[in-house]
Amino acid sequence: MADKEAALKNLEKIKADALAVLEDIANQESLEAWRVSHLGRSSPVMGVFSSMGTLDKDLRPLMGKAANEVRQALETAFEEKRQLMEAQALKKALETEQLDVTLPGRPIAHGRLHPLTQVLRRITRIFGDMGFQVYPSPEVETDDYNFTYLNMPPYHPARDMWDTFYTKTEGVLLRTHTSPGQIRVMRDRAPEPIRAILPGATMRYEQLSARSEIEFAQVEVLVIGENVTFAELKGTLEDFARRLFGEDARTRLRPSHFPFTEPSAEMDVGCFVCGGEGCPVCKETGWLEILGCGMVHPVVLEYGGYDPEKFSGFAAGMGIDRSTLMRYRIDDIRHFRNNDIRFLRQF
Amino acid sequence: MKLPITWLKDYVDIDDLDLEALAKVMTMVGLEVEEIRLVGLPMPSGEKHEFKYTGFSWPKDKFIVAQVDEVMPHPNADRLVLCRLHDGEEEIIVLTGAPNLYEYKGKGALEKPLKVAYAREGSTLYDGHQPGRKLTTLKRMKIRGVESFSMICSEKELGISDAHEGVIILDEDAPTGMPLVDYMGDAVFDVDTLPNMVRDASVLGMAREIAAATGKELKHPNDVFEMTGPSIEGKAAIEIKDPELNPRFVLGLIDGIQIQPSPYWVRRRLNLAGMRPINCIVDATNYVMLELGEPLHAFDYDILLERAGSGTPTIITLTAKDGEKLTTLDGVEHALDSEMELVTDTAGPLSLAGIMGGEESEVNSNTKSVLLEGASWNFINIRKTVSKLKINSEAAYRFSRGVHPALAELGVRLCLKRMHEWGGGRVAKGLIDNYPAPPEDPVVELSATWVNNNLGTAISPQEIAEILGSLEFECKVEGDIITAKTPPHRLEIHTGIIGRADLLEEISRIYGFDKIPSQRLNQPLPPQQVNPYLGMEENLKDLLVNLGLQELIAYRMTSPEREARRFPPDFEVPDQQYVEIQNPITVERRAMRRSILSSMLEILEYNSSLSQRLALFEIGPVFHPVEGQQLPEERMMLSIGMTGLREMPSWQGGEPENLDFYDLKGVVEGMMQGLHIAGVRYQASEHPSFHPGKTAKILIGDWEIGVMGEVHPLVKANYEMEEAPVYAAEIELKPLLEAGSILFDVEAVPTYPFVLEDLAVVVNESVTAAEVEAVMHKGGGDYLAKVQLFDIYRGKQLGEGNKSLAFSLTYNAPDHTLTDKEVSKRRNKIIHLLDEELGAKLRS
Ligand SMILES: [Zn+2]
Repeated sequence: MADKEAALKNLEKIKADALAVLEDIANQESLEAWRVSHLGRSSPVMGVFSSMGTLDKDLRPLMGKAANEVRQALETAFEEKRQLMEAQALKKALETEQLDVTLPGRPIAHGRLHPLTQVLRRITRIFGDMGFQVYPSPEVETDDYNFTYLNMPPYHPARDMWDTFYTKTEGVLLRTHTSPGQIRVMRDRAPEPIRAILPGATMRYEQLSARSEIEFAQVEVLVIGENVTFAELKGTLEDFARRLFGEDARTRLRPSHFPFTEPSAEMDVGCFVCGGEGCPVCKETGWLEILGCGMVHPVVLEYGGYDPEKFSGFAAGMGIDRSTLMRYRIDDIRHFRNNDIRFLRQF
Repeated sequence: MKLPITWLKDYVDIDDLDLEALAKVMTMVGLEVEEIRLVGLPMPSGEKHEFKYTGFSWPKDKFIVAQVDEVMPHPNADRLVLCRLHDGEEEIIVLTGAPNLYEYKGKGALEKPLKVAYAREGSTLYDGHQPGRKLTTLKRMKIRGVESFSMICSEKELGISDAHEGVIILDEDAPTGMPLVDYMGDAVFDVDTLPNMVRDASVLGMAREIAAATGKELKHPNDVFEMTGPSIEGKAAIEIKDPELNPRFVLGLIDGIQIQPSPYWVRRRLNLAGMRPINCIVDATNYVMLELGEPLHAFDYDILLERAGSGTPTIITLTAKDGEKLTTLDGVEHALDSEMELVTDTAGPLSLAGIMGGEESEVNSNTKSVLLEGASWNFINIRKTVSKLKINSEAAYRFSRGVHPALAELGVRLCLKRMHEWGGGRVAKGLIDNYPAPPEDPVVELSATWVNNNLGTAISPQEIAEILGSLEFECKVEGDIITAKTPPHRLEIHTGIIGRADLLEEISRIYGFDKIPSQRLNQPLPPQQVNPYLGMEENLKDLLVNLGLQELIAYRMTSPEREARRFPPDFEVPDQQYVEIQNPITVERRAMRRSILSSMLEILEYNSSLSQRLALFEIGPVFHPVEGQQLPEERMMLSIGMTGLREMPSWQGGEPENLDFYDLKGVVEGMMQGLHIAGVRYQASEHPSFHPGKTAKILIGDWEIGVMGEVHPLVKANYEMEEAPVYAAEIELKPLLEAGSILFDVEAVPTYPFVLEDLAVVVNESVTAAEVEAVMHKGGGDYLAKVQLFDIYRGKQLGEGNKSLAFSLTYNAPDHTLTDKEVSKRRNKIIHLLDEELGAKLRS
């Protein structure tokens, strides 16, 4: 019996000693060392198990149970201590680990669409919603398509409106506007009705400066049908302007002259720089000219293969560079084709 | 055209419209007002103005019509005078240095006081002594011991013209004491006249539009006067050789005229309209041209008499002889050709018809008799001459756009009347009028229904007739039908359907675009076209942007020399045809580009020092002339350019590496994958623009669609670029987009676990990774889902000329979990085939 008492007492001591040591442990290494020395293979409690064979057979179950209880108690204490220490460590970490969130992020190498592509896409999307389809057309054109079929026979005064680059091939020029595409679509589609937009590069003979370019992008809009009205031209372009420039955009149509439309008009939109108060961008008028338009001229319909007695239509043409320039208050139109990366990256 | 609005008031009553409202009316009928220059008149009330205003106003209490009663010498200065002036309220002594007052100095009280424009103390006006137009305010000061605080004004100081040699001497009837603004305050509208509205390049023309738009009455100029001289008959003759080129020629004659300055109000109007006053004869022709739109020409009749010898001066209009010479009154000698129309007499050419007079028969200070020409010319012929001789004038501006022959006769009569009023003399009775080709003024018939169907309006036939009537069309209404006869001052109205369109424009413009309703498209949707190419191009751009590339749009215009820079200096550039520009702005941009790679290299060069990393692309056409075809082929191309750092440097340190060939290839592969193009191959290749060892041609199947690689160091040296190597690709777009597919197979996501294993093989340097991969796939069969190269190693222990390639292999079966046995079977087959086909050994 004394053996039993001594053995149980020894177990108690093992437990008490171990817990006392555990209590004071303050770091991971000591905790791990504690686990090895108090729960490891050569720990006192494990020693009890391995010396079990020397005990009386009767005592074995009792001692086994007691030793197991001690071991479990130590394991539980260890686990609690470990969790406590982890919680403390996390708490400390959360308290001490602080980033300077104002430091810049890692730069990601990105690209963007060219600003003109972005604006063009907005325009084509708006017209796309109204059932217009995009048609490509050539940039190097014949004099006939660029002028004659658009009701500007040779020496027509209106030819002066466009300063033209001619090529060394007789009758071939760099198109001065996207309007020759009108004839191409008409000849392709006649006698079906048409709702088309034709985007593309155009070229005009100008001296290059901050305000004038020799190459620029345009979009042509064309509707042909059996009873297309000026009222529809107005409604369609007003819807377009509101969608491009915002719900509150004010517009007005002003008489103008293009040989290939009659009546001809120019559409102004309330200046989005000054809100109509007057500023240098709108030349103090509060209005910005955004497009030219009109009812397709009978001569043009005829050249396109439509009987002007039966068909009518409207057309509009708009410069992308200029309206983008105004929209973003860009100081120099040449930025678009110089492709200065510091400019392009801002869009 | 510059329109002084006091002049406009002669023809239409606009007193109820302020400047702002008037400008708006004009703009909304197509006479766009670009600027309003105040020359005395006050700024319209209201805070918001829709027009740009310049100039300044003359407050009624500051600027006054005054009279100078005596001009006295200055006690201390020869070049200054003291004027005893009365401004209607009090007498003041005003100091001035105006040379045109010297002649009155010391003459005592003047018999006829001089009427002047007087600015009181505190007036703000332009500084006459400074260049340009700078406002200054009159302050009290002493000049050479005499107090000065007010001023007698010059034209420059009031903003009428740039003249400030002398002060303005007003016409005698100017009422002393009247506020100057009430006497001659004005505003000048700068009006942009549309090319089809040359009829409105005149004060009367603009008045007509305003009258029509506002429903007011148009007051025609009074052309009634008495011709008191002997008959013109027998004094001159006209011979027209080609009525097609010269439909009408009218002559009038005035003799005994006094060459003198025109009345001040005339000179002021001409100045404001932008024409320099010369003398009463020249001024009268210019005045009537501005008033009516009919350019006129005055010949010195005595010179013509002399040239005619003993005969009657005979005006002959005909085309020049090739090589004939004429010196116009601007002193320029022109070499003429047989298409150019001339006004001549029996002694030779007098003037370039409708464009400019010749030097010889010009009116001069000794002129006493004037033979006045009013004619009409073929506008296309005038245009050709103008463009060939690069000459321009106010007359040419109008005649090259078409002036109605009816105006020739009216113009001559009005001008004779004004010459007589301003220079005296006797106007010969009658005119000589040769009118071989009167135009037929078109009659257009249109129905109100047609008008409303086209405009989307409901305008009555009567209202349509009224609108056209206000523009002086003669209209008849019968039921729905309006018949309109074109008035004899416009040439741009046609007949038939075009005439109807012409009138539709007139009706809508005067009716008011703002009154036409807005309507959504009420048309059947046209048949939808399939155009996959455009969608694919948009898709491709998005793809490249997502791969980190910036889009460019480059100039199409370049030069062969610029494009030759894409080759090494010793390379023999092939002789290629360009679309060449006949009239380039510079030799640097005299042809349409053939190479999109050139554009890319130029833009890389431009940006080289501006960014440490550049990754760019462009999609656009290049232009290739095609034999036997009028228009060139516009071939769509894609270019990619990359140079500099792989990553942008950041504060986290670490040396970022330069981009290399494989960065470019990664982009190209990413693009091919995104376009779902199968069967893309890359083959080592050579290209003059690229590094011979770092170039690949890109193939889809056997179709070569482009090239990519490191730009040849010698090519790079042609451009001013930073040190880092430059990588570029040039790919034809059409095959790329044709091979791309919007319908493609999607592989099932594996549901059974995969087996991963690494395999390193030692091969000869000549064996490519692609070859090893191909063999692996052959051996691995369907179960080998993926092969990925992850390491390349070269070392002595591998033996000279060998390399080790390490791959990660992924095995997977769609329908079951692979067993070890299944995997090892494939692995063994791979190893066997690698050895057999490529001599590859497993790396131990
Ligand atoms: Zn503005």
